Amino acid sequence: MIRFENVTKLYKGASRPALDDVSVDIEKGEFVFLVGASGSGKSTFLRLALREERPTSGNIWVAGKDLNKLPSWKVPMLRRQIGCVFQDFRLLPNKTVAGNVAFALEVIGRPSSEIKRVIPNVLELVGLEGKEDSYPNEISGGEQQRVAIARAFINRPAVLIADEPTGNLDPETSVGIMKLLDRINRIGTTVVMATHDVAIVDQMRKRVIEIDTGHVVRDQARGVYGAGA
Amino acid sequence: MRVGFVLQEVGTGLRRNVTLTVAVIITVAVSLSLFGASLLVRAQVGQMKDYWYDRVEVSIFLCGDISDAPSCSDGEVSKEEKDKIREELNNLKPLVETVYYESKSDALKRFREQFKDSPLADTASEDQMPESFRVKLSDPTKFAVIAAAFIDRSGVEDVRDQRASLERLFKALSGLQNLALVIAAVMLVVTGLLISNTMRVAAFSRRRETSIMRLVGASNWSIRFPFLVEAAFAAILGTAVAVGALAAGKYYLIDQTLASTFTFTTFIDWNALYAIIPILLATGIGLAVVAAGITLRKYLKV
Ligand SMILES: Nc1ncnc2c1ncn2[C@@H]1O[C@H](COP(=O)(O)OP(=O)(O)OP(=O)(O)O)[C@@H](O)[C@H]1O
Ligand SMILES: [Mg+2]
Repeated sequence: MIRFENVTKLYKGASRPALDDVSVDIEKGEFVFLVGASGSGKSTFLRLALREERPTSGNIWVAGKDLNKLPSWKVPMLRRQIGCVFQDFRLLPNKTVAGNVAFALEVIGRPSSEIKRVIPNVLELVGLEGKEDSYPNEISGGEQQRVAIARAFINRPAVLIADEPTGNLDPETSVGIMKLLDRINRIGTTVVMATHDVAIVDQMRKRVIEIDTGHVVRDQARGVYGAGA
Repeated sequence: MRVGFVLQEVGTGLRRNVTLTVAVIITVAVSLSLFGASLLVRAQVGQMKDYWYDRVEVSIFLCGDISDAPSCSDGEVSKEEKDKIREELNNLKPLVETVYYESKSDALKRFREQFKDSPLADTASEDQMPESFRVKLSDPTKFAVIAAAFIDRSGVEDVRDQRASLERLFKALSGLQNLALVIAAVMLVVTGLLISNTMRVAAFSRRRETSIMRLVGASNWSIRFPFLVEAAFAAILGTAVAVGALAAGKYYLIDQTLASTFTFTTFIDWNALYAIIPILLATGIGLAVVAAGITLRKYLKV
């Protein structure tokens, strides 16, 4: 589903590459944690997969597409197959919960009848029934992240990319979010999640890819956060 | 992309940048007013040309007993000379359309009419006035043909073309008109720059929305479209203001003031204004969309 082949990313003006000769293969339906110290290159990995950045060298395939060969006008089509969730939720403060989720469908031109039909389903999936008319500042961080997940998932993407989705949440709320991501993964969505959350990684026992200063130093099925455990 | 959704986005954008939108409307209005005014002046000059060139004559002044031109050395023009000139003029048809003989007393009448408020009118006497043939040409540019035929001939004091003096006037007018066009062009460039800057600010103030739009896979086109509609909307309002200003100018300046003062010529009618509205609209919208499009390409990339 996501394949990196000898990918190197050197940001302009940076002294060392953010990713250095990284090769990774993530299959359809997998759940993968990306771990590593701050600045190791996790977010860079995810941005490359979204084609928000282009690699300095190497090839990347996402959902069967060679990102180097993908013309830029097809990038929006790629992104419709990838859901994204971030640490800072990225909700629109002037839209309600339902409005924020609907936004993802509106901007890609779905008819309003379809939007009305699917919103309640996805809000129920993420556990936000009854909150559809609240504004982001009226709900908790965990709930805001659920809105973001609902928005990411509403197009039934093949891949869900999550960059420290629990970074701003307390442990208990984080567990709820992880249960939700696990559920989405079980429906068949590939999930790639960058995180610093030791407890979550150790508890879920999913595949763990550890990056250190741009190098993949560990790729372990059913792994844990710390090395050598 | 659904119409309702686009309109909603456009509304949000316009509300968020009211002052900038107003600035765009005003500059578009000012530059298009200038541009439109120069187009109207051009129409007016064109119309005056048609009107006047249609009426210009070639005057063949005949020798009187006080004329001192070399061709008048034989004294006052004789009857035979006059008949000969008339006959030759008639032979020059169809270039010569009409020939009108103006006698000394006709000339005095006309002189008195022209200078009726001046003491000159009373002092002039009939024998100071020249006799002349007034010739109307089917093609007023062919003055040289008449001049060649009659100038320096005995009994003819001078051949004069009214068109030449009109041409000086129209040259001055077209100079003014070009100046107005240059000013309008400069204003249009300034307007384009302002629109571009406005779009930069608008793109910045909505970067949250646009970054989310990108993430969920909105196309470039659909991200930029609301901005373009916004720019076009401001441009249309600006054009409307400009058209209003031009209409007011036409009504108060031309219809109410100039037309009653200067009765010797005609002025442009409302159709001249209607005719330039599409040009102004196209210029306004085109300018806005191009300026906004170029800016957005830079600031709203995938
Ligand atoms: N846009 C950029 N321009 C230049 N350098 C960048 C840019 N983004 C990231 N970097 C650098 O690339 C390296 C990797 O950054 P990245 O954001 O991928 O790390 P990370 O693993 O996500 O860190 P964190 O855990 O803190 O989020 C860092 O050294 C960072 O300074
Ligand atoms: Mg990061």
